[in-house]
Amino acid sequence: MIYNTTIDQVGCSERVKRIFSRSIKKESKMWALKKILSMLDLTTLEGSDSPGKVKQLCYKAAHLHDKHPGLPRVAAICVYPNMVSIAQESLKGTNIKTASVATGFPSGMTNLRAKLDEVKYAVNEGAEEVDMVISRGHFLSGELNYVSDEIAKVKEACGNAKLKVILETGELCTLDNVRKASDLAMDSGADFIKTSTGKITESATPIVVLTMLEAIRDNYHLTGKKIGMKPAGGISKSKLAIQYLVMVRETLGNDWLTPDLFRFGASSLANDVLMQIIKQGQGNYQSSNYFSLD
Amino acid sequence: MNTSMHINKTYKLYIDGKFSRTESGRYMKWVNPNNDQTINFCRSSRKDYRNAVQSSRNAFNKWNNFSGYNRGQILYRIAEMLDSRKEQFISELMVQGKSKKQSKQEVSMSIDRLVYYAGWSDKFQQIFSRVNPVSTPHYNFSTPEPSGVVSIIAPKDSYLLGFISVIVPAIIGGNTVVVLASENNPLCAISFSEVLHSSDVPNGVINILSGFTNELIDHFSSHMDVNTVINCGLDLKDTELIQKNSAVNIKRVINYGAIDWMNHDSQDPYFIMDCQEIKTTWHPIGY
Repeated sequence: MIYNTTIDQVGCSERVKRIFSRSIKKESKMWALKKILSMLDLTTLEGSDSPGKVKQLCYKAAHLHDKHPGLPRVAAICVYPNMVSIAQESLKGTNIKTASVATGFPSGMTNLRAKLDEVKYAVNEGAEEVDMVISRGHFLSGELNYVSDEIAKVKEACGNAKLKVILETGELCTLDNVRKASDLAMDSGADFIKTSTGKITESATPIVVLTMLEAIRDNYHLTGKKIGMKPAGGISKSKLAIQYLVMVRETLGNDWLTPDLFRFGASSLANDVLMQIIKQGQGNYQSSNYFSLD
Repeated sequence: MNTSMHINKTYKLYIDGKFSRTESGRYMKWVNPNNDQTINFCRSSRKDYRNAVQSSRNAFNKWNNFSGYNRGQILYRIAEMLDSRKEQFISELMVQGKSKKQSKQEVSMSIDRLVYYAGWSDKFQQIFSRVNPVSTPHYNFSTPEPSGVVSIIAPKDSYLLGFISVIVPAIIGGNTVVVLASENNPLCAISFSEVLHSSDVPNGVINILSGFTNELIDHFSSHMDVNTVINCGLDLKDTELIQKNSAVNIKRVINYGAIDWMNHDSQDPYFIMDCQEIKTTWHPIGY
């Protein structure tokens, strides 16, 4: 396969500007806010994560804000492999999925055998979704076959679990590379493509998300397969999240406005969305003091 | 050429250390009675207020962690800056209907008031702290701490001195404030933001809005992230609204009725204490 689609950067940023100038208010805003909650991958990926913290986060996932009835639950909890069984246990009886990062997250700097072992371990522990990172070093040195094989093998190791492929676009340097990596990942078996690990400074940016969404659209026209998208990192305000929904709707259509095909990877976004929902209902601005941290 | 072009000034809001226009794009007219010239002031909206509260909230930790002494130094700096712009404020007060003598007196009292509270900055805490007698083996002591973000509806009729007299006790105690300038005469308050801007006050510690009181008091008192509301001379109906809204998250409500800010009795450390919460600590004594 030859990957040589080039991206018109100026055109892309113009398009982003137009999409981001939409004003979403009242009922549409409320609809969008609830949609965002249902698309959240509530995430904790810290070296300091403990069973207690993961349990607390799982509780939050299932009980976002009990004072306010009618709120959806989040889509998934995203943790490190050794926390998967704890999350599984805590989420029993809810329909919230357990996702695990694997393959030497966040850098991916380990050998393939170790990566596959980690994926199998996570899946055995009960992970229903696996977030892998691509080998950016190999990708940037042009070893596309290596990257592609790696993704395919990880997909195989996943079994029934869904595979999200993290491109870490902040390290890919150009939009052409982002497009190339997206196409490569989709052809190699990704169920979702994801922007970032959230562990480097540059994470999901609107222009990168648009580029990836367009790759998904072109792939759909070519193969008929619906690949999912997950922007992650740096999305902490509901306003931005709503604008991303607009972007998805405009690029891929209504079919993608579901947690099966679109996710947000975030931790602090949940509270901001909750505060907005309560504000829409009660009319007064909210304080973070009245919402649980995690 | 000895005539220079007259430049009309755009009067803006002061939010997060920036001079911004109202996001609403609305303005309120103010006519200079001396030359019938019209000035447009920003007519702040609920969103401007929200942005200001957000900025105050962000600034709170930093400002509260400054030592009292340091806050005092900054306040003194504000006094210096005001002093160097004395003439501007005197002429603005005159434009707004005060006599020359009154204006001079008000500006010089404003400077004095800043210096007065600057002096209290590192003293009020020990004076209002106490050790309480208890029968268990504990040191039990109470100290004042700033309540947090303070919303202020400034006095309508004391454009400069009253304005300063209500914001300064709040900030010297470590609070951050959002203040609505006098609705009828916001000129001095808006100009005062330029003084603040050159005084090392961190961004967000003082946010200044202009606009219509009746449009904004509801939001001033209902925002859940605000801890104290100061109401200067509003009528009974408005005061009731503020108190009702404030009950939701138990804000402090401070009502200043008809205070003559030109009187020396209208400055005392109890104004600082109005925006303080008392924290009591039980510390076990070892034998």
